This record gives sequence, structure tokens and C-alpha cells, in this order.
Amino acid sequence: MIKWLDGAAIDQDVVVSTRIRVARNLSKYKFPLFMDPKEADGLTNDILDTMKDVLKDNYRFIRTRDLPSMDQEVFVEKHLISPNMIEHMDKSSFLLRDDEKATIMINEEDHLRIQTLFSGFNLEEGWRLCSLIDDLLDEKLDYAYDEKWGYLTSCPTNVGTGLRASVMLHLPCISMTGNINTIIEALRKIGLTARGLYGEGSEVTAYLYQISNQTTLGESEEEIIDKLNKVVHQIINRERSIRNYLKKEKNLEMEDRIYRSYGIISNSRILSSKEAMEHLSNIRLGWAMGILNHENFKDIMELMIDIQPANIQKNFGKDMNIKERDIARAKIIREFILDLEG
Amino acid sequence: MLCDSCGKNEANFHYTKIVDGGIEEKHLCEKCASDNYDFDFDKPFSMNKFFTGLIDSIQETQRDYTEMKCGYCGQTYSEFKRNGKFGCIQCYETFKDKLNPLIRGLHGHNIHRGKIPKGSNERIFLKREEDNLKIQLEKAVKEEEFEKAAIIRDKLRELKIKLDSYGSDKYD
Repeated sequence: MIKWLDGAAIDQDVVVSTRIRVARNLSKYKFPLFMDPKEADGLTNDILDTMKDVLKDNYRFIRTRDLPSMDQEVFVEKHLISPNMIEHMDKSSFLLRDDEKATIMINEEDHLRIQTLFSGFNLEEGWRLCSLIDDLLDEKLDYAYDEKWGYLTSCPTNVGTGLRASVMLHLPCISMTGNINTIIEALRKIGLTARGLYGEGSEVTAYLYQISNQTTLGESEEEIIDKLNKVVHQIINRERSIRNYLKKEKNLEMEDRIYRSYGIISNSRILSSKEAMEHLSNIRLGWAMGILNHENFKDIMELMIDIQPANIQKNFGKDMNIKERDIARAKIIREFILDLEG
Repeated sequence: MLCDSCGKNEANFHYTKIVDGGIEEKHLCEKCASDNYDFDFDKPFSMNKFFTGLIDSIQETQRDYTEMKCGYCGQTYSEFKRNGKFGCIQCYETFKDKLNPLIRGLHGHNIHRGKIPKGSNERIFLKREEDNLKIQLEKAVKEEEFEKAAIIRDKLRELKIKLDSYGSDKYD
């Protein structure tokens, strides 16, 4: 069950999710990478004391190091915390809002990373909530800020607004028709960037791309978000128009592609992560194009997260090697299909 | 093929080492390879390192920064160049002269125009208002809306008086 995926999603035929985060630091402490775990714990306690007064919503506090390693990975695979949190688990901790739409990460690369996560295309709401939490904390905490350079961050690539706004798009048809590289190049020229499913350094799988702002200084938050908004709208339209074209001109080929994937995932007994993601990507496309009609197909993203290594092991309650995971993955997917076929 | 070290993940890194004339082959997964000291395994290409590497070629070295050290966190300039991360907010002050070209190179700008913390000095808010009015004035003149421009100009004058009462500007 992935709570943050709940709720109405805008433009979900193309957009999977929207994520916003801001980086903030407190003036009186060294940045996390330069603190020892004891100092880091002192800072964490300071922040927690302050937050008690300002955060009215229900948040759960979790120290990364208190989690079994499988559970740490589960949080990462669900996009609730960043992989960096595990790397710095001797210092890091986080507050997770009950609906999982907001996480406040403590001692990641910066003292605070406030993240909001929404399903579908929802930059406005994502930024509204993120900025609101930022304002609440700002009332009590002394943020590191410079008039010229804005919010000071551990890495010069985040200085200024400390904002990373990112939209995860499913772009199978733009990719299939060989147009994706032109788009990625064009994005770079206007200060935006495309990454894979799990952010920086991750491979693009299942035609899922995270488009986000690369630069954080010189534009206001609203300008950054507005630019991303406009560009993503254009990409959505492009993907849709190619889908319409393919549906009109190559319907049989599209059906063939999608039903082949349906056949494979309905019957496989062993499925690697890569193969499963490829076919689920086709299933998602089939649903978005109206070729596959069951409403449960809108939950394909949840299934894509459920079949990630740590989530599988968590689900089966034990450590598994690659082979065991591939068997379990095939089983989870078959059960999903059986469930909707009734 | 599974990783020689953990036996769990698929091996993606294969290498051959010659030790005392004998050949040793190793097959490791990504995680174990990154933990393995035989490798200089630089995980996702680091943009920071790339850019910090450019600082000195962008700007002529006027002083010797090699031994320059942050008084608060103890990071030296060469360490900063290597890992691309600041140790504390004092580093921004310590390496100030070097940062303009670096930050401009990364962002294409070097002045923040986003949010301002609520508790900041009033002057910072006024300065921001002034910057915004200047942009509006330029636009009004360009579009030949001279009445509008005159109103903005008057507002700017009022602001200037207020700002002057705070003393000199930090970054002009």
C-alpha cells in the first residue's frame, strides 16, 4: 500500500507523480557531511524540539539507523526518502506525514530537506504544501541565508532557492519514435534535466523520466515551477499526439505489443526487474490508450514499486537472492492479473 | 553470473588483476565494486567535481588559495575543490572570491531572487522590492507606457530614501 499515490491524479495518462523539495540549513551548525554522529544527533534533537510547536499535522519520526536495512530500502523504493539518507544513516532521520505526501529529512546532505509528493501532475499543490511547511519551520529555526546567494546549501548546485521540482513522466511513444534525445537536449538548454526513476545517476527504465530544474539560483520559485509546468505540458501534448497517431495508424501493432506483454506477465514464473518493468510499461500504455480497460490498471505504478527488490522481500518477510526475487516478482504480478480477471 | 563478494546480486564489473605473475579474475556487483579498494570507482559522474575543477581555469589565481582554510569547519580550498561540498556556511565567506565564477557557471546567475526568510532584516525585503520595481520600470518604458513608468519611478525614489537609511548595500 503506497499512501501518497492515493487521491485524484491530474494528467495521469502521461504523468506518474510530482515531487518538490527544498534544501535548508541552520546557521549555527556545520553541514551534515562535516558533523560527527554525536553533533548530528544534537542538531536532530534541536530540530525536533522546535517542530513540536509548529507542525500540527501528524508526523511519524524515524531514525534511519533504527530501521532494518530492508525497511530502509523500502522507504527509498517508495520515493519517501532519498538514497543518500541510507548512506548517512549514522546521522540521518526523518519525519513522515501520515498521508506520506510530505517528508522532512534531517541530515541528508543538508540539515533539512522538505519533500512533498503527489500522484499525477500537481506542481501547484506540491509547491504550496512544501512552501507552507518551510514557512512553519522558518518561524522557529534560524535558516542559513545570504542576501546575494539565498539559502546556503552544502552543495553549490542547490544554492539560492534550494528547490528541486520534478515531474515523473511515462513517455513510451516519444521514446519509441526516437524523439526523446532531442527533448533531453532541449531541456538542458533551458536549465532543466531528465533523470531515471530513482533520480540522479539512476538508469531510465520503463520509459519513466523525471524532468526537473537543474539550476536553483537567479529565478524565483514560482518562475522555476512555471517554466517546468509549461515545458511538461508541451511534452505531455507531444506524447499524447504520438499516441493518437499510433492508435489511428498502427492500432494492430500497438495492440500486439500490449497484449504480448499482457500474455507474458500473466504467465511468467520468473521475471527479472528489467523485464517486468518493460512489460508493465506497455500495460500502462495500453491502459492510457484505452486498449486495456480494467480500472485497476491505473495502479500499475504501485505494482512497479511493489516489485522492486526490497519491497518484494518485505512483502515475503525474508531475505532473498536474485533468483528467489525473480520468482516472487512473477508471482506478485500474476496475482495482480488474477485479481482483476476475477 | 553472481557477484563474487556478496553472492546475491548480478555481477556487472569484471576485472583481471595480475598478482605475483598469477592472474586473478574478479566479478563484482555494483555495490561491492564501489566498496572495493582495487577500483577507483567513481559513482554517478559528479557534476560538482566537474565544475569545481573549472574554477581556477575560469578565474586567474590572484592569491594562493591552496592552503586557505575555513576557520569554522576546517575545510581547505583544495579539499573543497576535490569534493565539491561546503563544510559550513562560513566556507561561503572563506572561499568567496572563488565562488562567483563557480556559481555563475552552475546557474547562469549569481543573485538569488526567490524566497526570503521571514525573520530577515527589513532592508533585504526593501531591496527585493526595488529590484522588482526596476524590472517593471524597464518593461513599462519598453512598452511606451510612460504614465505607468512615472508611477514606478516615484515608488523607486521613495524606496531609495528608505534603503539609504540602512547604509551601504552589501553586494552592489
